[in-house]
Amino acid sequence: MMNLALEIPYWGQSLLRVLGGIGAVLLPAGTIVYLFLFKMMSFMQSRLGPMEAGPFGSMQLLAEVGKWLQKEDIIPENADAKIYKIAPIIVLVSTFLLVVVVPFGPDAVFTNFSAGVFYALAIGSVSVIGILVAGWSSANKYSLLGGLRAAGQLIAYELPMVLAVVGVVIQAGSMNLQDIVVAQNSGSIFGWDGVGFPFVLTQFVGFLIFMIAVQAELTQVPFDMPIAESELVSGYMTEYSGFRFLIFFIGEFATAGVFAFIASVLFLGGWGIPFSWFGWESLDAVDNWMNIVGPIIMLTKMLVLTGIIMWVRFSYPRFREDQLQRFAWKVLIPLSLANIAVTAILKVAI
Amino acid sequence: MTMLSERQQLSYIAAQAADARLNVELETEGMTLNIGPQHPATHGTLRIIARLDGEQVIWAEPSAGYMHRGYEKLTEVRTFPQVTALINRIDWLGSFANEVPFILAAEQLMEIEAPPRAQHIRTILFELSRIANVSLFLGDLGVQMGAVTPVFMAFRDREYVLNLIEGATGGRFHPNFDRIGGLKDDLPKGWLDETRQVMKKLRNFCDEIEDLLFGNEIFQSRTRGIGVIPADVARQYGLSGANLRASGVDWDLRRDQKLPLAYDKVDFRVWTHPDGDSWARCWIRLQEVREATKIVDQLIETLPPGPVMTKVPRIIKVPEGEAWVSTENPLGEMGYYVVSKGGLGPFRVKIRSASFNNISITPWVLKGVYVPDIITILASLYFILGDIDR
Amino acid sequence: MPKVPGLVKGLGVTMGTLFRTVKNGADTIQYPHAKEAPPVRARGVIALREDNCTACMLCARSCPDWCIYIEGHKQLAPPRRAGGKPRQVNHLDRFDIDYALCMYCGICVEVCPFDALFWSPEYEYSEPRIADLLHDKDKLGEWMETVPEAPELEAGAEKKK
Repeated sequence: MMNLALEIPYWGQSLLRVLGGIGAVLLPAGTIVYLFLFKMMSFMQSRLGPMEAGPFGSMQLLAEVGKWLQKEDIIPENADAKIYKIAPIIVLVSTFLLVVVVPFGPDAVFTNFSAGVFYALAIGSVSVIGILVAGWSSANKYSLLGGLRAAGQLIAYELPMVLAVVGVVIQAGSMNLQDIVVAQNSGSIFGWDGVGFPFVLTQFVGFLIFMIAVQAELTQVPFDMPIAESELVSGYMTEYSGFRFLIFFIGEFATAGVFAFIASVLFLGGWGIPFSWFGWESLDAVDNWMNIVGPIIMLTKMLVLTGIIMWVRFSYPRFREDQLQRFAWKVLIPLSLANIAVTAILKVAI
Repeated sequence: MTMLSERQQLSYIAAQAADARLNVELETEGMTLNIGPQHPATHGTLRIIARLDGEQVIWAEPSAGYMHRGYEKLTEVRTFPQVTALINRIDWLGSFANEVPFILAAEQLMEIEAPPRAQHIRTILFELSRIANVSLFLGDLGVQMGAVTPVFMAFRDREYVLNLIEGATGGRFHPNFDRIGGLKDDLPKGWLDETRQVMKKLRNFCDEIEDLLFGNEIFQSRTRGIGVIPADVARQYGLSGANLRASGVDWDLRRDQKLPLAYDKVDFRVWTHPDGDSWARCWIRLQEVREATKIVDQLIETLPPGPVMTKVPRIIKVPEGEAWVSTENPLGEMGYYVVSKGGLGPFRVKIRSASFNNISITPWVLKGVYVPDIITILASLYFILGDIDR
Repeated sequence: MPKVPGLVKGLGVTMGTLFRTVKNGADTIQYPHAKEAPPVRARGVIALREDNCTACMLCARSCPDWCIYIEGHKQLAPPRRAGGKPRQVNHLDRFDIDYALCMYCGICVEVCPFDALFWSPEYEYSEPRIADLLHDKDKLGEWMETVPEAPELEAGAEKKK
């Protein structure tokens, strides 16, 4: 069997990677916005949502993008203009950098880092800088409060997120995301390998903590105090308008998609289907068609996870800042530490 | 004063400088945050000036008057029927309830009383406007705490009540249906059956809101023990309505006052809560919506036949005198002090609106809370801008 | 029975509404495509029956914000019976209502002694320019067609004399 990647010249591969990266960020963002923000939320509130633009309002997002692009790009007089302009781009770039390590198939990877998990978690917190400087440079009290809240919150929830992932890393014995996928799909539960061995079964506590931390990282309700439209108007985004607001908006939902990708890789078996179904022995034996099916599987898992994130978002009120910190430091972090300890002991014992 | 040696002096200065630097690091500079006049949480143009230390409020004061429309002055140059149309706009969510005390005051001066059927229908519409008003509060509560769904449920089910009010009076928001001596018209056919069904829907809505919002642990942690107003403080600041009952004061003008309304013909419970916190205020209002649906149900069953208007002259002249009538409006006690000199219109009307007194407690209750709690406390105190500024 | 945590219950409520919307359709109406019929008594717009109006100015005087403009003049009409004297009637020259000012209180309709003014539930008459909301008697007369019959009253009501 020929390896697909070998047939394409290097420039072609690079082009594919860039296009794939853009697709992997923007496609989920668009899908999430339409499917959940426009439709699921509306249906949960017994209305239909946008219906005019395109069939069932499917072109609504394009219309909104067009609207935002036409708007004036307002920069407040007292704002630190340079930093103010850069801030949304930092947020979006961090999302693009994040998607780089996510494997979508046996060969459909952008890069194959051996320390992929480490990289993803490190890059994931770059967006904090973007949000903080956006809040600070806007020269607005609401923005400042929002930016500071965001910084405190994102740093507090970075920790349980990292600690929740450590359990997976211990169990898989690798920090490479591709290896983690392989470990889940080639594993077996007490000798039965019908569904592989997704880590969500053993790492359920870790999965829960990870998803809560993702919710907080994405500043979705119930953890949306940095935006808190009823208190801080719009938090760090208060002064932004036009396409800079659009970038923040895309960044928010693209990051949701990418974090869901990472969660599905870490806990739900990623792109893979159980290897025993087709008698694959290892990663090299996987058929080439998985490079097409893999991304579809990933997209499905991503939609399920973001669906849960959005479901919670549309149902819950938000916490207060101090309650949120207390929850992170007094509940999530001890819990994830205990999870690591138990995982490590069981790993050594068995 | 002892002289210090040069060495001592230098070390003293160094110590002072170190202290000073320490102070610079530790001393936080306060910040004044203007919440409003244009702010999502103030449902209109209320401005709260808050002095913050970090996220903690050390001093706060409401600044009202951005939407002052001068109704007390306007009433002096209007005739009595015209005043009814104007005062609809004070508490715009429960507008029929605004008309009732004014009309009752005018009737008191003219020494007439509406026929029993009119009194019944007045009470039904009064309670319907209470439901329309407070059910929106229940939805709005969610929005103030970041939950987007309850408000749509509130708007959905409030629409049925507004349709009822429109079907009977012709106006969704501003009925202008109450007349001195009775009502403008009788109810249209089929209205009572529709009301029965809507009341069922409203009780269903209350259950839904209770499951979605009140049962939510996050909501409880945001409201329980926040913004506690003890009973004596609540009395001193002149709170009324649900805010006062939430502090444990058993006070309800519907029950305690003898007025030509049909409240003495129904049995209903006046809910009180001992806690006095935001949770208690929200919970009391939820129970009040339920209680109001029950009152409406009972009144529909016992609606007496008869006319809806007594004999009044075509051109109404109210005899000289003064009258004060207040009722238990959705927001609290609302009263009109009407002075008539025997002309076509009132000589002077003093309007006591509930929200104005209810927000006067904000400097007291906001001291020491966090910024997010300002919003929940304001939401739970529940004011309507038109009711504050008149 | 163990108590269901409120967090789970809340999720249940939203999901339940979602399924209900999928099954029964939304509670909203897609406005320009579908329209809700307002109640018969709805105060949508004031229609004028010009023949009945005698330009007595009662409505203009009772309007709380003075948004009705009436002009008229007296003229001689042919006598009712042959050989009689010509009658003097009030002829209506102008009857404008400024809907930008109107509060929709309905006092004018109520005070009209000759049944010239009626409420119509018609509501689609918005204009892009606020000055265009000043409608004259021809426009008000067109709305006469949309005025519904007064509804029957609920049981137990007394007929108006």
